[in-house]
Amino acid sequence: MPFPTVHEPKDESKKCIQPEDEMRRNHMKYILHERDETMHEGIRGEPEGLSNCIDCHVEPGDNGEIAGIESKEHFCNACHQYAAVQIDCFQCHADRPQKYIKRDEHSSSLHQQLQQTLAASETSAKGVNQ
Amino acid sequence: MKKSENTTDTTATNASRRDFLAKAAVVGTVTIAPGVLLHQAARAATAEVEVEVVEVIELDAEPDKNTSRSTRPLDQEVSDKNRWGMLIDTNKCARGCTSCVDACNEANGLEGKTGPQDTQYIRKVTLKSKSTGHETSLPLMCQHCESAPCVDVCPTGASFIRADGIALVDRHICIGCRYCMMACPYKARSFVHEDIKNQKLSAPRGKGTVEACNLCVTRVDHGGLPACVEACTAENHNAMIFGDLKDPNSPISIELRKYGGKQLRSDLALNTGVRYQGLNE
Amino acid sequence: MSKIEYTSVQGKSPAYFGLLGTLGLFILAGLLAAYYMEHHGHHVTGMTNQIVWGLPHVFAIFLIVSASGALNVASIASVFSKKIYEPMARLSALLAVSLLAGGLVVLLLDLGRPDRLIIAMTHYNFKSIFAWNIILYSGFFVFVGAYLWTMMDHTVYGYKKYAGFFAFIWRLILTTGTGAIFGFLVARSTYDAAILAPMFVIMSFAYGLAIFILLLMATYKWTNMELGDAVLRRLRSLLGVFVAAVMYFTIVFHLTNIYETQHHGAEKFILLEGGIYTTVFWIGEIIIGGILPLLMIFAPGLKDNRNSLGLISAMVILGGLSKVYVTVIGGQAYPLEIFPGYEVSSSFYDGMTYSYSPSLPEFLLGLGGVAVALFLVVFALKALKFLPMSLSDKAVDPHAK
Repeated sequence: MPFPTVHEPKDESKKCIQPEDEMRRNHMKYILHERDETMHEGIRGEPEGLSNCIDCHVEPGDNGEIAGIESKEHFCNACHQYAAVQIDCFQCHADRPQKYIKRDEHSSSLHQQLQQTLAASETSAKGVNQ
Repeated sequence: MKKSENTTDTTATNASRRDFLAKAAVVGTVTIAPGVLLHQAARAATAEVEVEVVEVIELDAEPDKNTSRSTRPLDQEVSDKNRWGMLIDTNKCARGCTSCVDACNEANGLEGKTGPQDTQYIRKVTLKSKSTGHETSLPLMCQHCESAPCVDVCPTGASFIRADGIALVDRHICIGCRYCMMACPYKARSFVHEDIKNQKLSAPRGKGTVEACNLCVTRVDHGGLPACVEACTAENHNAMIFGDLKDPNSPISIELRKYGGKQLRSDLALNTGVRYQGLNE
Repeated sequence: MSKIEYTSVQGKSPAYFGLLGTLGLFILAGLLAAYYMEHHGHHVTGMTNQIVWGLPHVFAIFLIVSASGALNVASIASVFSKKIYEPMARLSALLAVSLLAGGLVVLLLDLGRPDRLIIAMTHYNFKSIFAWNIILYSGFFVFVGAYLWTMMDHTVYGYKKYAGFFAFIWRLILTTGTGAIFGFLVARSTYDAAILAPMFVIMSFAYGLAIFILLLMATYKWTNMELGDAVLRRLRSLLGVFVAAVMYFTIVFHLTNIYETQHHGAEKFILLEGGIYTTVFWIGEIIIGGILPLLMIFAPGLKDNRNSLGLISAMVILGGLSKVYVTVIGGQAYPLEIFPGYEVSSSFYDGMTYSYSPSLPEFLLGLGGVAVALFLVVFALKALKFLPMSLSDKAVDPHAK
């Protein structure tokens, strides 16, 4: 397996929070610490947050597309696949910055659907209740 | 009273929502003074958002009741000095209106499907009194109990109440046993039955774990309102008030002190953070 | 009474390997089902946000409850010094740990995130009954394991009485804990009753003994060893007492709910209007699991009839599965009463009776758990000496006719 090419942020003025060596070895400790602080103590916006990593390191490729977490072009997956270490983060967390998240437009159709459900359940309310 | 309609794209980011709110508040204060009969529509165009102040006909225009917000600097941990809660006036909740549900789905990246396996953080419930025939509608979501049964039963401690009263699921340590769903008296929780893609950055969620209304904790921490409350206010229904239950001067506390508010399943003595008014049989 | 000689099964016959192989296939099917469920998510099961615990939990809870009851025979021998049960104590303890292992496998593989099982050990909420149960289950393995050791190793034989006593106490606590999983759920009017905990204990006595009787009869038949009527007569009347006790608790439980107005809705649902759950309750739990076995156990004409005892045990097991089904799934199918006095409707199925149709993977996972339990027993019978050479009337009881 070829050694992964690690994606450097295009904006070269950006500096990582710690030297590369440190981050390569211990990035999970920073993320884990930040995770528990955010989850339980509500501390937000610290530089060690996962979304911060993603903001710098996940950028569209030359074709303008973001490589998703399942791709080995994805910054995290490139190394993790190489090192055969499973990442659990992205089963829940977004694998790209918010501005690149494409969501289906469902609001209006959803609205209608809910209205219908409500109307239907109201008319049938008598029948199903004890 | 601020009567405003958000005509911006509903997918606006949190940042621009906050901008919008700030500007709307300014417009509201300038245009409307309490106790004055107003028949006018003021339009205020700004560079980013367009704010329309629609006709206001009440004699005693109410002040904005959603002024109680988090002012905690984000680098300090939450404390039990605050307890965030909600007061819902079912008389103001319009039947057939699902703005709160839509806003919740949008804010949390839910697909809004309503199958038996699909997640719903908030739902509109229609009630009809068996004895009087009186009909009511209300939004129902996690009640953010002080003594929450979900927290009691959770084997790993993934279900917890944050110091400021918000019930959360730490999905990093949730093993998906669903005991909390068995224990919740309000059926407030959902289990994620399949893989999820395109989560919102601010609303992570994934297969095999349990989730529920988190009072839009990220928005609240940033000094904002839960999406449902914001939507209800924007819709001009004003059925939902958000605020600090421990601050005696917060509009929600004043309102509760004046008129009271019912806890659902109050027999269980859970001290819920969400209270209801107008639930009279 | 002479010293008891123990033996293991030879385990060289095609039938033995056929049995192991068949059980192995069921285990494999269960594992594949679990993998399928985890890979696709619980989307592929019949479980929903309304019926959050389904068929796997029915199997798991039945197995776990039975596990504790399977220890009965050993407890009666060691704790209550009834000599006639003494030779069967080893088999009884073996069945107990095996059933527990089978039940736990099902419970764990049904988790939304079974890969995070380790978290259940590292993060602990001491107020959670589930968390207590983790300790209770682990403790059960330890105590019954130690008990087995004292029974099988003559150097520690002197501690048998103590080990047996602790195992006995522990299993009472364990089943109390299992019952409390439901009994302490204040939110649901179909549960929320302290009597569920002792009822689970007495259920465990009946189901565990029924399984033990079937295992005993099958083993002695297939190994051509002697099994006398004296032993079976005792086990038969003991089963009768346990089944009657389960009926008693069931009646008290439902009478309480019938008396209390706030539980009328839930009670009416289970007893009269619950469709499938009402059917399973009356046919499965009451008739097949209670009335018929009692009639047959105490019918004079069937006294030493082994086929009837086999049938009775099978009926008690079926009735037990029915009871757990009605408790677990019927209990969830009845809507939560969030707004008493109101007719309720919503997009989230409030106020409606929830429907549940179990899927094949769930069923296979449940059967897989049963297969794990039986596989362990069948394997252990060959590996170590669990079986008394003879359970003939003469061997077990010098006073037998």
